[in-house]
Amino acid sequence: MLRAHILSIVLFTPLVGAFLLLLVPKENKNAIRWLANIFALAGFLVSLPLVPWFWAVKNEATPYFKFAEGSANNWIPSIGAGYQLGIDGISFLLIMLTTLLGAISILSSWTAIENRVKEYYAWFLVLQTGMLGVFMANDFFLFFVFWEAMLVPMYLLIGIWGGPRKLYAAIKFFLYTLAGSVLMLLGILFLYFHHHTLTGVYTFSLEALYATAPLITGKAAILLFFAFFIGFAIKVPMFPFHTWLPDAHVEAPTAGSVILAGVLLKMGTYGLLRFSLPFFPAVANIHWVQLLIITLSLIGILYGALVSLVQKDMKKLVAYSSVSHLGFCTLGIFVYSSMGIAGSVIQQINHGISTGALFLIVGILYERRHTRDISEYGGISTVMPVYATITLIMFMSSMGLPLLNGFVGEMPIMMATFMVNKAWAIWAVPGVVLAAAYLLWLYQRVFFGNVTNPKNEKLLDLNARELATFVPLLVLALVIGVYPQPLFKILDQPVNHLAGIVEQHRPGYVAPVVNAQETEPAKEAVPEVKAPEVKPTEKPVEKKAVEPVKTAGQTPAFHTSAHKS
Amino acid sequence: MITIGNLFSRSDYVLAGPMLVLAAFAIAILIVDLFLPKAMKRWNAVLALAGLVAAGFALAKVWATVHYIETPGSKKFSGFLGSLAMDRFAIYFSLLFLVGAAVAILMSVRYMEIENEEHGEYYALILFAVIGMICMAAGFDLILLFVGLELMALSTYVLVGFLRRDRRSNEAALKYLLLGAFSSGIFAYGLSLFYGLTGSTNLAEIADKLAQRMADNPRYPIALMALITTATGLLFKIAAVPFHQWAPDAYEGAPTAVTGFMSVAVKAAGWAMLLRIFLFMLWPMRAQYTPMLIFVAVATMIGGNFAALTQTNVKRLLAYSSIAHVGYMLLGLVASDGKNNSTGIKGILVYLLVYTFMNLGAFAVITSLRRRDIIGDELDDLGGLFYKAPSEAILLLIFLLSLAGIPPLAGFWGKYYIFLSLMETGHYALAVTAVAFSVLGLYYYLRIANAAFMRESVDAEPVKIAPSLAAALWVSAAATVGIGMFPEVFLRMVNWSLALTGDAKIIGLLR
Repeated sequence: MLRAHILSIVLFTPLVGAFLLLLVPKENKNAIRWLANIFALAGFLVSLPLVPWFWAVKNEATPYFKFAEGSANNWIPSIGAGYQLGIDGISFLLIMLTTLLGAISILSSWTAIENRVKEYYAWFLVLQTGMLGVFMANDFFLFFVFWEAMLVPMYLLIGIWGGPRKLYAAIKFFLYTLAGSVLMLLGILFLYFHHHTLTGVYTFSLEALYATAPLITGKAAILLFFAFFIGFAIKVPMFPFHTWLPDAHVEAPTAGSVILAGVLLKMGTYGLLRFSLPFFPAVANIHWVQLLIITLSLIGILYGALVSLVQKDMKKLVAYSSVSHLGFCTLGIFVYSSMGIAGSVIQQINHGISTGALFLIVGILYERRHTRDISEYGGISTVMPVYATITLIMFMSSMGLPLLNGFVGEMPIMMATFMVNKAWAIWAVPGVVLAAAYLLWLYQRVFFGNVTNPKNEKLLDLNARELATFVPLLVLALVIGVYPQPLFKILDQPVNHLAGIVEQHRPGYVAPVVNAQETEPAKEAVPEVKAPEVKPTEKPVEKKAVEPVKTAGQTPAFHTSAHKS
Repeated sequence: MITIGNLFSRSDYVLAGPMLVLAAFAIAILIVDLFLPKAMKRWNAVLALAGLVAAGFALAKVWATVHYIETPGSKKFSGFLGSLAMDRFAIYFSLLFLVGAAVAILMSVRYMEIENEEHGEYYALILFAVIGMICMAAGFDLILLFVGLELMALSTYVLVGFLRRDRRSNEAALKYLLLGAFSSGIFAYGLSLFYGLTGSTNLAEIADKLAQRMADNPRYPIALMALITTATGLLFKIAAVPFHQWAPDAYEGAPTAVTGFMSVAVKAAGWAMLLRIFLFMLWPMRAQYTPMLIFVAVATMIGGNFAALTQTNVKRLLAYSSIAHVGYMLLGLVASDGKNNSTGIKGILVYLLVYTFMNLGAFAVITSLRRRDIIGDELDDLGGLFYKAPSEAILLLIFLLSLAGIPPLAGFWGKYYIFLSLMETGHYALAVTAVAFSVLGLYYYLRIANAAFMRESVDAEPVKIAPSLAAALWVSAAATVGIGMFPEVFLRMVNWSLALTGDAKIIGLLR
């Protein structure tokens, strides 16, 4: 019972907390804080059983989506939308990251938020549910609802509890992401009708759409790919679409920034992995498409790093460093090898851990001094030694030093890129160097030397609560850095699956043959990875010839009829 | 053969039941009002609400009757010699009008007291307007449609100018009256041309004759002229660009509760009549009117959205936004251009349903800001609402986000079906245009939300909400969230109202 509904439980625990918070009288701020923290922690604790459970089933070929709940079309049968949840390795890791960072950021807001406490925590918990829903949804419609609904609490968190330019930042954030997602909605509707044309069934179920979406060819497929891509690229954010990010980060309250960097940005890369690649593998294989996206990623890496270098505001520096780090993630995805994709996902997790920590670090100083100007500080390590040590470790983790987590993500990405195209890898290298430069330089200016500013002389070191927000992140950074093998194991199945799908649609791809003696590919040729929703095709050319009816027969269970009327 | 017997058949009066009930209550209010002391004027509102509830029961009776006699090919749900068609379509719209009017009345009670204009006529006029609306939705004859239109329009003119001590209200009423009368004239001219062309006032007969005419000569000039003049009158009533100029002024000047009423019920009635005429009468001319509708729809989206961007008066802003919404809805009609597609029409009905609640809700919030000295409709008046009245601010946010079409709120479903129909019929360019404008739309809704949530309040005076207004607010909010989260039952209702089962074709709706 518990196991069958674990995803729903994880999903709705924060929401229940948000509703309970409404019942607490608003004068009773400490009760509100306790309740919110309890529910945030509960949200994390209920997600913990997933770890052993998921570990046990991580390599099972079917069903591909584990812990599946609900069925197609059970929510709004008229249009074929269902409450369908399910996770694979990628979503599992992101869910764990989300619950952990949610609990940490709520804990970190204890003293930072003084007014409108109740509403703050309530929105935060709602946001938590929204983000978890995005990673769990197995129905495109449900995904879209969560994807959009989660913008609202974030908009309010930035707009109400944000900094001086909060109005501008909040609206910009909302409009940017909405602009991307409405195009995606049209794309979703196209897939929906395409599925209906082929099978006669109206459904938004992912499993069903996985079967039919790759059959779209030609210009339509390219346009669709970009309709989705722009939506996700804005979220990531990739280079030309990144301008909302610095504003949103700088104006958001600390906890908002942590969640924004730690989880929200990952929704973009998650979308690319979950939808763009498996839906349009043929388009992804088109050379100019790959080249374009890789180029944008490389520009993002270098541009983000260079801009970080010149920032005077600590938070803005960290914000731009996100652009650079996320560039690595997209780079890893779009080299299309298992190693690159695995590296990308691990880099996403690591970015959540280390950049989340960096925002917390900035928040600690901001809370004490109410300024983030680097020039205001200096010699902090003598006043706050514990804080300085933690900061150093997290900086090291962020710049990708071996034995810390950052290295574990960046290394596979670089290796995979190098194997595909050496020039790309060479262009990405300065990103790593520059990361070391801007972080170490920042560290030097803020922590080393003598205390020059008299206001900094009496700063208090971390208290127990603040320490508690860092400890889990520190431990994770060390553990992942020293022993990342479990992460790779968990990601094994999904990344091979993804890389396999893209591989199959590469021009000139020949499926591995069972009998090497035969000149023609054997009829029973099976791709390396058994992908439940992809029809094993022998040659990409043949995919056009696949009979629609046949496809319908191939994916039996998901096509429970949805009658649109 | 017309005999006394079939002129006064009993079923006719069952079908006209809702209107008769409303008329009785309206007249009763006018009489009772004479004897009510000033302190007890609230009973007028109670009586009006009772009238709406009674009309609801009469409607249920019609529903049961229609359900009983409705067989394929049956025309028995039409009464009065085929001029009144209380089919499912009409029942759906009547229900919408009743709900809209009820919420508007709930909003009005306290508001009219503050304005010191608590007269019984106000409620009677609302009921009369609803009668007109039902005629517009159920009319199957040009005469009845026109009479219904005028009954509604005249009542609304007076309602707009009800604050006789307020200059803005007077100005709005005069503008509305002049432009409305003008458009009614054009509309009547178009109808007379159709009568001249076909020799009938019955929609179905006109459609038959028009089909022959169109088969002979698809560019028959008089038919085209009739089409254009009729469409002008209809588009004026729903405030589509370029016939929208009256809307912002009338909306701004009218008492806020009336603005809410106008923006949902009056607009829905305009739509009901438009759909009646376009789908039941002008269907043979769809090849001619679709290009025109595309132009008007795009112009309406552009005009409404861009004009709304810079408004500082919330009522005016919502007026322009409601123009923009008409643009999206028109796209639904465009998408039903004869490819056996009913999704667009369904989209319009869903849109009108959700729009009723979310827009009334938004106006209810504005109404609550009315105090002795402040009208409460400037963007600045909303400043710091979140700090003064958090729950009300949250409700306002819900309505605004719903208007912007953010899931999982009701407004999303309206937009969703419009986009769906456009994608289904291959109008990709229009779909992209529409979504682009819906992003633009979010901007001005967020301006209101920003004022309410992120600015400091102008004064510390707490917002007092009368119980009736609170009821209006919570009903609207519950519907907005409820329809948004669990739309299934409402979608089925819309399917039912279009007599659609499975993939039924729009043609099925015609006969």
